[in-house]
Amino acid sequence: MRTLVFVEDASDELSQQAVVMAKGLGGDVAAVAIDPSGGYAPAAWAQTLVEIAQSRGATAITAPGSERGNEILAHVAAKLDQPMAANCVSVAGGDPATVTRVRWGGSLLEEARLLGSPLLYTSAAHAIAAEPISDVETVPVTSALSELDQAVRVVEQVPASTSGVSLTDADVVVSGGRGVGSAEGFSIIEELAELLGGAVGCSRAVTSAGWRPHSDQVGQTGSKVSPEIYIACGISGATQHMAGVKGAKRLLAINPDGEASIFAGADYAVIGDLHEVVPAISAEIRKVKGT
Amino acid sequence: MNILVCVKRVPLTGGKIVLTEDAQAIQTRHLGFTVSPHEECGAEEAVRLVEQHGGTSTALTIGPPEAEEQLRDLMAIGVDQGIHLVTDGSEWDPQATGAAIVAAVRAQPEPYDLILFGNESADSGNFQVQVRVAQALGLPVVNGIKAISLEGSSLRCEQETSAGRDVYTVPTPAVVSVKEGINLPRYPSVPGRMRAKRKPIEASQPAKPQARLAMVRLVLPETSNKQAEVLGHGAEAAPAVVEILQSIGVM
Ligand SMILES: Cc1cc2nc3c(=O)[nH]c(=O)nc-3n(C[C@H](O)[C@H](O)[C@H](O)COP(=O)(O)OP(=O)(O)OC[C@H]3O[C@@H](n4cnc5c(N)ncnc54)[C@H](O)[C@@H]3O)c2cc1C
Ligand SMILES: Nc1ncnc2c1ncn2[C@@H]1O[C@H](COP(=O)(O)O)[C@@H](O)[C@H]1O
Repeated sequence: MRTLVFVEDASDELSQQAVVMAKGLGGDVAAVAIDPSGGYAPAAWAQTLVEIAQSRGATAITAPGSERGNEILAHVAAKLDQPMAANCVSVAGGDPATVTRVRWGGSLLEEARLLGSPLLYTSAAHAIAAEPISDVETVPVTSALSELDQAVRVVEQVPASTSGVSLTDADVVVSGGRGVGSAEGFSIIEELAELLGGAVGCSRAVTSAGWRPHSDQVGQTGSKVSPEIYIACGISGATQHMAGVKGAKRLLAINPDGEASIFAGADYAVIGDLHEVVPAISAEIRKVKGT
Repeated sequence: MNILVCVKRVPLTGGKIVLTEDAQAIQTRHLGFTVSPHEECGAEEAVRLVEQHGGTSTALTIGPPEAEEQLRDLMAIGVDQGIHLVTDGSEWDPQATGAAIVAAVRAQPEPYDLILFGNESADSGNFQVQVRVAQALGLPVVNGIKAISLEGSSLRCEQETSAGRDVYTVPTPAVVSVKEGINLPRYPSVPGRMRAKRKPIEASQPAKPQARLAMVRLVLPETSNKQAEVLGHGAEAAPAVVEILQSIGVM
């Protein structure tokens, strides 16, 4: 095996994981980053990788299962007209190569064969422990680009106007679902989050109803969170919601329905109406803190 | 603008996924069906762009006969017409899916100015059909877009990143994949549902090519099988909750 790994950056954790997974294939592993000075340009970066892979006789090309990693590898696969497996938790060479890959944002796995060459796949986030990358080659974007390869590039970057704790970095996430009942109902969720220095999250039922912005949504098509504790209030625990909380260290669920699926994924349960339980927790925190 | 949006019918799995005995599919006997929220937002975006700039919106799906339901749902929020590439319900791999979409696009008398996709399909999440379609049609493609605006004959497309927003300007015709949050899709109205029943759907049955990303079987991930510790019922549980919060150091 001669494997070329696209890395976003030597310090990027998902890129480090991609290199570890590639090493598991055996043989030669070369980690390559692309000089970002001209701006991110997915098709041009993919063309650069294709040329390097061809000149070195690579038998596998891989990338981290990040937004950019998946995007670039899709371009590589389209250019070579070869199959590609996104977000693999394991990969084995051979003819055909076999992979286990993530479906439904992590709620289901698929074993598959890849009938093509070179072997093209991305590694799922956190499927494997990261190790520092000893050697990354940074290469310039190839000059042999078609007009189409040059058509798409980042032309402007707008910094985030963040205020408060971000959902993805928060140590505590207090999240509300349909059980909260209304946009106004979130005041008690906000109050608890604030007392704990945490962030407010929500389910898709809530964003679809227009009670909270989509930026608060946790789940398969929202944010993936990894707090010390995730407090789920009035959330049923649909697989697509749970796909966003797999990184949480602990989960506390508040729900009057003892049969709700959320309890199957919870460490702690409070059976009850969130409109009574949540304010009571806030009051207790104030009491303990003496404020 | 002439806009195509590509969507995939998937089961609404609820709280627990159950597989069929042969582990080739999800047990769907008691489930409803939908499309990915990303794709639903793609359809809403197509309808909004046509409302603003004129033109026609078309939804395309490759799926079983029942996938007509998803096309009608999108027509109910304003999509004008449908293309249904009817299958036996077995899954097509991303190369086969891309090739069938390309053939359907080429068969249309008028080219599309914009072809919208979801960033990834809800079930298989291959992150690639749109890139294959763009490559085959010789069109530029941008992914994971959370805002689109038409500026002359170019599209300004914005992507959310951990640092803020990345902006692309893309000449049309183009392929764009979008993410949920780009808009809040409208609910279908009753008249919308009635009109949807009469909108045209062009159906055909393309032959299924051999899969090159060939699924062997589905596997449920191991669950921790943890038993939740019940801290109490109602407001009386508050002191026990606070004790936990203190013990893990988040107070
Ligand atoms: C492809 C796809 C992607 C999706 N992505 C996401 C995603 O990213 N995030 C997401 O959240 N969903 C997502 N969904 C939707 C998901 O399937 C569920 O529909 C959604 O998570 C349900 O939200 P919910 O739990 O708030 O509502 P419900 O399922 O309606 O549950 C409400 C819960 O509130 C409880 N409740 C009611 N009253 C009270 C009360 N007074 N106090 C306490 N509890 C109460 C009820 O017992 C119930 O358990 C996705 C779906 C699909 C198909
Ligand atoms: N069966 C299908 N029919 C129509 N469009 C599809 C189908 N499968 C995938 N797509 C489109 O391609 C996008 C990316 O799919 P994927 O590469 O599977 O993640 C989806 O969000 C859809 O817009």
